[in-house]
Amino acid sequence: MEEQFIIEAEGLTKRYGSDIAVNQLTLQIREGEIFGFLGPNGAGKTTTLLMFLGLTEPTAGKVRVCGFDPTRDPLHVKEKVGYLPENVGFYDDMDARENLCFVARLNHIPDGVSAPRIDELLGMVGLHEEASKKVGTYSKGMRQRLGIAEVLVKEPSLIFLDEPTIGLDPDGTNRMLELIRSLSKVKKITVFFSSHLLEQVQRVSDRVGIMIKGGLVAVGPIEELAKTKLGVDKQHYTLEEIYMKYFKEA
Amino acid sequence: MRGIFAIFRKEMEDHFSSIRFLLISAVIIMVGVIIVSTVGMAIQEEVKGMQKPTLLFLLLFTAGKLFSFAQFLGFFGPLIGIVLGFDAINRERVSRTLSKLVSQPIYRDSIINGKFLTGVTIISIILVAIVLLISGLGVVLIGVVPGAEEISRLVIYLVLSILYVSFWLGISILFSVIFRSTATSALASLALWIFFSIFLSLGANFLAGIIAPTAQTAANPALAIKSIEIQRTISLFSPMTLYSEATFTILDPTRNTTNPLAFVLMGPFERISLSRFQNPLPLLQSLLIVTPYLVSIVAITLLSFGICYYVFMRQEIRTI
Repeated sequence: MEEQFIIEAEGLTKRYGSDIAVNQLTLQIREGEIFGFLGPNGAGKTTTLLMFLGLTEPTAGKVRVCGFDPTRDPLHVKEKVGYLPENVGFYDDMDARENLCFVARLNHIPDGVSAPRIDELLGMVGLHEEASKKVGTYSKGMRQRLGIAEVLVKEPSLIFLDEPTIGLDPDGTNRMLELIRSLSKVKKITVFFSSHLLEQVQRVSDRVGIMIKGGLVAVGPIEELAKTKLGVDKQHYTLEEIYMKYFKEA
Repeated sequence: MRGIFAIFRKEMEDHFSSIRFLLISAVIIMVGVIIVSTVGMAIQEEVKGMQKPTLLFLLLFTAGKLFSFAQFLGFFGPLIGIVLGFDAINRERVSRTLSKLVSQPIYRDSIINGKFLTGVTIISIILVAIVLLISGLGVVLIGVVPGAEEISRLVIYLVLSILYVSFWLGISILFSVIFRSTATSALASLALWIFFSIFLSLGANFLAGIIAPTAQTAANPALAIKSIEIQRTISLFSPMTLYSEATFTILDPTRNTTNPLAFVLMGPFERISLSRFQNPLPLLQSLLIVTPYLVSIVAITLLSFGICYYVFMRQEIRTI
């Protein structure tokens, strides 16, 4: 049986004027995996995510997400895909439950269906007690967890997380990574997350992709990349070593 | 139209719980009630013992000590639109909620349509409420119940006013799409408001003076007429002039000029002589005069929203 890919990109390119943000990206993501998308700031990670979501049009190339073309059919893609942008925003004068309820309505989920789901999600991200507080009073970590809950309201089959742990304290980071892992293992949601914090990516990812200056220079499980780049025998390696090798070559 | 209802509902909740909505309705209602009570009492005084002339009821809207209610709305109405719209889009941008909205399964135009529709609804609610309030007060004060013609004229006046304020709503939403800072978009809308309400008429005088100098008018009356015509044409570019001329025509059928200046000079407390109320223009004739104005106001309102829609839809998501 042919393997199921939830994202298939081929030759995906985005130019802004004469600048190339993403160059000839070809990538397949399997259903249910956690994919870590690495790269320095400005490497084109966010632009790639935006193209996957149909929020920006590729200059060239093809992409299918959940079986739909995001450029032609953005609504179908957005129904199945949750996106947590870097520094997610909320309506600060509404409480957590109201924020999630609004997103549920935008997803055409009736209030009767969304209410128990929202309660469950708030419990899952550990915000049950703060659910009636205005989001304006939330800490960065709480906002980020609320962001995860918000992304899950529509019960997506794939979520994009853009730098989900940036600016979080160690405890917040751990909770976030635990959450990401449980989403994949328990809820069988495919997680595609971009980051430049290598140690964290190494802890949760099944596979990683390294993007440098708009080009994808490596894709695969971390062990495989370590074998090809660092030599077969090396037992102890970190993603950082691998990454730096690629980075110097580029 | 997917998602437009969810956005509409949330925006309505936002507006009704916002201080600015309370403030702007309070100001309008306060000023409206003050103007109309003084006018109402004065009319009551004047017509005591007389047979009540026709269309007296409309005087509630067109008379006033310093300015009438119609003039007040012509000048301050734009402010309602500006206050309701100046931060519609860039507020969402600043709080980073816009990128969230566009990644939900809704059409992108639902966002801008929903916001504009909410604004128009709020404007309609405020204006209908104030006109009803004034009418109620008027019935009590002058003891005249408005007839069918007066009611029709008031309905047309309401439609004109809602369109006119919505035009300014469109302008202010447009600025909120273009400018990232809410302060800048508010200032830009206010600047345009001041330009149209004050400087355009000054400019019209000035330009007319250049094209058709009035110095030789004594020798050549045709030139004077030409000068006035040029002045009128230029000032009609202002939505304020368009609106005020349309409202005078519809609300004050006994006045035989469309020159708004005459309206001010003759003053609200001119003696109410019976001749003032003779030979009012029939409703149909008023409608004929007002139709081009109405069409123009509809056009500029649609234009302001159209530009705003176009700019919003064309914006690269990165800048959102």
